[in-house]
Amino acid sequence: MTETVAAIEPTEAAEVDELISQDLLVEEVSIDGMCGVY
Amino acid sequence: MTTTTPLPLVEQFQLGLDAPICLTWELTYACNLSCVHCLSSSGRRDPRELTTAECKAVIDELERMQVFYVNIGGGEPTVRPDFWELVDYATEHHVGVKFSTNGVKITPAVAQRLAASDYVDVQISLDGATAEVNDAVRGTGSYATALLAMQNLADAGFRGFKISVVMTRQNVAQLDQFKAIADRFDAQLRITRLRPSGRGADVWDELHPTAAQQRELYDWLVARGESVLTGDSFFHLSGFGDGAGDSLPGLNLCGAGRVVCLIDPVGDVYACPFAIHDNFLAGNVRSAGGFTGVWRESDLFADLRRPQTGGACTSCSAFDSCRGGCMAAKFFTGLPLDGPDPECVRGNAESALLQVAAGSAPKPSLDHSHRSRPVALTLTTRRAPVSDCNENPLAGFSPSAG
Amino acid sequence: MACAVSTEASPSSSAPGRSFDLDAAWQLHPQVSVRPERFGALLYHFGTRRLSFLKSPQLLAVVGSLAEQRSARTACVSAGVAVAEMPAYQAALSTLAESAMICERST
Repeated sequence: MTETVAAIEPTEAAEVDELISQDLLVEEVSIDGMCGVY
Repeated sequence: MTTTTPLPLVEQFQLGLDAPICLTWELTYACNLSCVHCLSSSGRRDPRELTTAECKAVIDELERMQVFYVNIGGGEPTVRPDFWELVDYATEHHVGVKFSTNGVKITPAVAQRLAASDYVDVQISLDGATAEVNDAVRGTGSYATALLAMQNLADAGFRGFKISVVMTRQNVAQLDQFKAIADRFDAQLRITRLRPSGRGADVWDELHPTAAQQRELYDWLVARGESVLTGDSFFHLSGFGDGAGDSLPGLNLCGAGRVVCLIDPVGDVYACPFAIHDNFLAGNVRSAGGFTGVWRESDLFADLRRPQTGGACTSCSAFDSCRGGCMAAKFFTGLPLDGPDPECVRGNAESALLQVAAGSAPKPSLDHSHRSRPVALTLTTRRAPVSDCNENPLAGFSPSAG
Repeated sequence: MACAVSTEASPSSSAPGRSFDLDAAWQLHPQVSVRPERFGALLYHFGTRRLSFLKSPQLLAVVGSLAEQRSARTACVSAGVAVAEMPAYQAALSTLAESAMICERST
C-alpha cells in the first residue's frame, strides 16, 4: 500500500507541533521511578 | 493524515507488561540486624531458602524475560555465602544488580571490587543522619557500620552509590543533613515511604510522619529534591500538588504486579515487597511454570492488571494524582483497598481508621524475626513483654472485672 | 561499530528535534537493551541506567533498522513513516540521541 504525499494543512501542523512538544512517541522513565521496589 | 495518539504511559503500564521492568529479590531472611520497622520481618534464615542452583535458574528466566535489573535485598543479602557468585552470574547474564545492604560486609576490598564493576550498584540503608536517631530504629552500632561502608565505597572511587532512608517522624527534620551526607560521599540520596508492613505494623503509630511532616516532606521534595531518588514512594502525597510544576518524580502509580514484584527467599512471588501476605501471594518460582509462569498467568496479577476503580476515592479531586494511594498501606492498617490511603493528604482516612478495631488489622503471613530482640530505648513498643521467655501474646492480660 | 559521539547525555536544545541530523548514519548504542512491548518497546541503557519507552511499534521499527540504513531519514521512510509524521519522528530520534540511546555511526 503506497502512501500519497499530502501537503501539510495548518491544523495538521499544529497537531504535529503538539506531538513534538509533548514528545508522545518517546517517554523517559527513571529506573527508580516505579513504586514497589526497595 | 492524523496520527493515533498513544495511550499515556501510566495507563499502558497499569495494564501490565509481559515481564517486569525491574523487581526486588529478597535473597535471605537472615540478617545481622533487627530494625524495628523491617518490612520483611527478617532476622532468622528460613530453612526452605532457594539453593544456589535454584537462584541461577531464576536469573536465567530473568535474562530470557529481559528484566533489566534486580534490586537484591533481604534480610541482609551479603550474609549468604553465595552472594557474590549470584551477583556475578546475574551481571554475566545481562541482568543489572543493585543490592541493598546495611553495610556490614562492605570492606575496603569489597568496595574496590564493586567500584570496578559497571553493572552492580549499591544501596546503603540509613534511617538517621545521626547515630542517635538512626540507632534507635536500626540498633546500636548500625550507624557506624553504615558510615564506614560509605567511606570505603567513596575511598574506592565508587561514585553515585545510593543512600536509602525510610522517612519517619524522628528523621523528617534531618532531610538537609541526609543530603549533606550523600554529598559528602558523592553518593545519591534516596528517600522512601515507611509502610505498616512486616514489623512496621508494630511501630507504625509512633514512627509514621505526622500530617504536618508530610507537607514538609512534599515541599522539600519539590524545592530541593531534584537529584533525590524516591522510588516513586510518595505518589500518595501528589494530592498536595496543584500543577505540573509541583509533580513528584516517578510514574505516580502502584507498580505492584504490573511492572514490578517481589521474589522472596523461599521463591514466593508477591505483588511487592510491602505486601508480604497470602492475599498478595501470586505463586512460587519452584512451580512448573517458574517465575515466568507466575508473572504471566497468576490470578492475582491478572486481577491487579484489570482497570482499577477508585471506589470511595473516585469523586475526590485529588484522585487523578494520588490514585488512592498504597495498597499495602491500606491493607496493613485494616482499611478497605477501594478507599483512601491511611495517610491521605485530604484527611479522608481519619474516620475510617477510627473504625478499625484494635488488633484487627491483618498480620504479616511470615515472621522471621530473631527470637530475642534489643528493645529500642527511645521508642515505646505496643506490648511490654512480661518476660523475655514468655511468647504468649496474652501474658499479663486479665479482663477487667464486671 | 563504534559510536561517533560521547555516551554522556546532553542537555536538550531549545528547538526540540530540529537540530537532529536525519541525514546522518545512526545506530543503537551497544549498551542498550531493546525489549519489544505490545505498544512499542522499552529501551534500557546499561551504562547510563536510563529507561526510555517507545510508544509506537513503527518507531521501534525505525530504531531497529538504523544500523543497516544509510541514514535516519531512509530508516523512517522504509518503516513507512509519512511525510507529515517526519517532524514527530525527528523529535523522537533527537530525544533518544540526547539520552545516548542512539548514536551516530562512524562508518
